[in-house]
Amino acid sequence: MTFELPLLFLLVITAGGAILVKDLISAVFILGSYSFALALVWALLGAVDVAFVEAVVGAGLATVFFLLTLFRTTEKDTHIRRPPMPWPAIIGLPLLGVLLLYGAGDLPAFGDAYSVASTHISPVFLQNSLADTRTPNVVTAVLMDYRSFDTFIETIVIFTAGIACALILRKGN
Amino acid sequence: MIHPHDSAIVRTLGRIVIPVAQLFGFYVLVFGQYGPGGGFVGGVVIAASMILAILIFGIDSPDSIMARNILHGDGLGLLIFAGVGGLCMIGGGQFLNYTYLQIPNLDQASQHFIGIMLTQIGVAVDVAVTGVSIAISLSFDDDEIPQDEGSHG
Repeated sequence: MTFELPLLFLLVITAGGAILVKDLISAVFILGSYSFALALVWALLGAVDVAFVEAVVGAGLATVFFLLTLFRTTEKDTHIRRPPMPWPAIIGLPLLGVLLLYGAGDLPAFGDAYSVASTHISPVFLQNSLADTRTPNVVTAVLMDYRSFDTFIETIVIFTAGIACALILRKGN
Repeated sequence: MIHPHDSAIVRTLGRIVIPVAQLFGFYVLVFGQYGPGGGFVGGVVIAASMILAILIFGIDSPDSIMARNILHGDGLGLLIFAGVGGLCMIGGGQFLNYTYLQIPNLDQASQHFIGIMLTQIGVAVDVAVTGVSIAISLSFDDDEIPQDEGSHG
């Protein structure tokens, strides 16, 4: 619990820095550190699989892709002019924030055993996955067995992303 | 096109880090049923190690021949995943219902275990190939095509 506030502070600092900094390579690395702090938050909340994916993809692979993209373009965002914020945004965004904070009061507490999410089908997975699949990691059992069709479609999405990048970027070959 | 890095420190460290990263990727892939990790993360770690080889040694170097040759496996991971589902359908069940995988001398839970392992390998192959493919696509330079064709004949 003592680590949560410094980590959230670090998240806000790195997210703001990645938006505000002018040098785009610095922005990419700040975004990588943001992903790493977010991975620590996930690990602190007990979602180790999500933390692993966030650390590997957000801080590792996405940083490399951003850098490779920047090498093809320019490293400074001097051509992008930030216009003054329109007045509907100035009025609407704080209202949206207040609305979200008001809605967050109705969310169940962290680890609440009687919330809707933990009473519907999660107990079935938690109780039966070891006997059904001999897989101690419940997340893997749900992803690859109970919900394997979703994972199949996600694999198709990744495959399509690779194909689309090759079709768009590799011209003339 | 990515040119090889000329720093001795980077090249030497790359030779140490890349095999360790690949070994860790395989460990995460195989250990995904017992701990955090799985096919997606393992594939991303393997892809990151190969992208590191491309960035350090250059794409035409013999040291990154594995990253070049893995591109021929584009779609192989998806084929493994869909093949397991198809085997379940051949066995008389629904698509990706591992109960009907029909492996002799195995009980139902072990068939689910084998099914999860095979589909995880499929996801890992797909993600690794796609990661390396996107990195090569992003570093593809249109201006160097005539020079390459001229130099090779």
